[in-house]
Amino acid sequence: MENLNDLQNTYGSDKVIDACSIFGMMDTSGKRFPGDDIIKAIANLHVRGNGLGGGFAVYGLYPDYAEYYALHVMFLSNEGKTETESFLKDKFHLIDASEIKTRPLPCIIDPPQVWRYFLKINKYVSGVKADDDFVVDCVMEINTRIKDTFVFSSGKNMGIFKGVGYPEEIGRYFCLEEYEGYLWMAHGRYPTNSRGWWGGAHPFNILDWTVVHNGEISSYGTNRRYLEQFGYICTMETDTEVIAYAIDLLVRKHGLPVEMVASVFAAPFWDEIERKPHAEQEILRSLRQVYGSLLLNGPFTIIIAHEGEMIGLTDRIRLRPLTAATRGKMLYLSSEEAAIRAICPELDSVWIPLGGEPIIASLDKPFKAPVSISVSSRYKRGGKPHAD
Amino acid sequence: MTHTSDQVTNRIKDMDAGVLHTRELNALLKNATADGTDKVILHNVCGQRYIGTGISKPVTIEVNGTPGNDLGSFLNGPTIIVHGNAQDGCGNTMNEGEIIVHGHAGDITGLSARGGRIFIREGVGYRAGIHMKEYGDKKPVIVIGGSAQDFFGEYMAGGIMVLLGLNIQKGDKHNTRYVGTGMHGGVIYLRGKIDADQLGKEVGSAELDQDDQRILKELVEQFSAYFDLDAYRIMNHDFTKLFPLYLRPYGRLYAY
Repeated sequence: MENLNDLQNTYGSDKVIDACSIFGMMDTSGKRFPGDDIIKAIANLHVRGNGLGGGFAVYGLYPDYAEYYALHVMFLSNEGKTETESFLKDKFHLIDASEIKTRPLPCIIDPPQVWRYFLKINKYVSGVKADDDFVVDCVMEINTRIKDTFVFSSGKNMGIFKGVGYPEEIGRYFCLEEYEGYLWMAHGRYPTNSRGWWGGAHPFNILDWTVVHNGEISSYGTNRRYLEQFGYICTMETDTEVIAYAIDLLVRKHGLPVEMVASVFAAPFWDEIERKPHAEQEILRSLRQVYGSLLLNGPFTIIIAHEGEMIGLTDRIRLRPLTAATRGKMLYLSSEEAAIRAICPELDSVWIPLGGEPIIASLDKPFKAPVSISVSSRYKRGGKPHAD
Repeated sequence: MTHTSDQVTNRIKDMDAGVLHTRELNALLKNATADGTDKVILHNVCGQRYIGTGISKPVTIEVNGTPGNDLGSFLNGPTIIVHGNAQDGCGNTMNEGEIIVHGHAGDITGLSARGGRIFIREGVGYRAGIHMKEYGDKKPVIVIGGSAQDFFGEYMAGGIMVLLGLNIQKGDKHNTRYVGTGMHGGVIYLRGKIDADQLGKEVGSAELDQDDQRILKELVEQFSAYFDLDAYRIMNHDFTKLFPLYLRPYGRLYAY
């Protein structure tokens, strides 16, 4: 995407401040379900956004094409499309290409063309480079070099749908009730210091990793410069983008477990670290020393997803909200409890996680909600005398 | 669809919040209380905000469901009873009346309250009671049955907060950190154990004197009556009084 700064960010500011709605739901048994529920849930949070961005991520989306990279691409012009398609044919085996189905709605104004490409790695082109690295390079090249073109989804068996509008409108526009996945995420945007545009809507994705975010990353400049050393180029002028790239770097390239990533992004304060057991102190100190430039400063709540896993995390002093809930095998993460109740009135457990504490839903590991002791059951009038 | 019962029995009205937008719900609520009605029972509440705002009468509003943010903001007389959890900003800048929550509440419960009382049966999120203040006979009160997350009573300038920690296991201490950071007025009564390093720099701790005991007993009895709990067993325990060390902790920070 050329001349992004002139086109989208007339004030030349470094980042967009968001105050948004986020929602995630995952069936940890792997059962796939359609998008109706998440559209209803994110619509309940309507007032947290202002109609300048809405989007969804779906995992388990393309089981019939699970081994291919699925690119979702926006084109603002036919020239961009022609050039991109010839680029993709040069670099990959093109398995399938189709325009993503949309439903015309009066509230969706001037949408770009949105296409889906299933790609197989062509070893004669990618050579010794790891497949994922090669795809990242190609995504970066298209987004920075080819005019009017933006790749916004590049994983396998997953996909992003996003644009300018309220999220429930975007969901209907992309006919999301017709798709199924075991993990859905949604975002409603409230950009406050630059124009909302199709590429700037959440979620942000690179390869298998997707992020939705509510808040403002005041460390954006530091984070971006650090990531540039590893070949990640931020093209969206939106702070959330750095989170997606940082996770890709930490997990895929450096092999850190998710719990450690949480300690990098929302590192405990030094005095907190001093009160931890010795071995844990060593780890936390090392993480702060090595990855100090990836500390996310400022208020944030994020939901991160990749294949088989959904993670909710807030900043260490919880300046943005997050509520978690479970019902059977389903785990919900939301800006507000009401959005969860809107689609699942009866819940097994509802709680507000601590700042900096990751909530991890996984296909591999069963999720356990924290044990909560109810005040009413313990101190009931006329009940058994309590031990203390 | 909206359904407002035309028949007024014992001056109680039922109202289905259903798909009503925040503004519609609050307008209907205000109308419903305009004719001498004592109580309005809301059903199927799901995220509507500011419930009870703009009604300057001692009416009762019962909420079934999950009320949205800023429940009872600028509350000026009504009593709000929630059968469920409250979200963030419950009792924002309230002046008079009561909020009783049969569940937990989110962040910034009772922020900037200047009067009235809030009773939360279970726990609260971050920054409960932030910048509460008092003047003359206006003295806001927040009583919490469960535990609190961090920055409890942050920048507290007046009023009374009671943190009972009734969900904490025997022998465990409170988990909240930075309690009373920036506190410069009011008092916190905390039941159970807390370490000095969990307190803000501006906070002192002491044993309760007779006046404190009397104030606390009255509040715990009111709390227990609302939730059918045993006040004697709750009171029969160690309490700590937290108070501000300085009237103007940052008085010299920007001054020469």
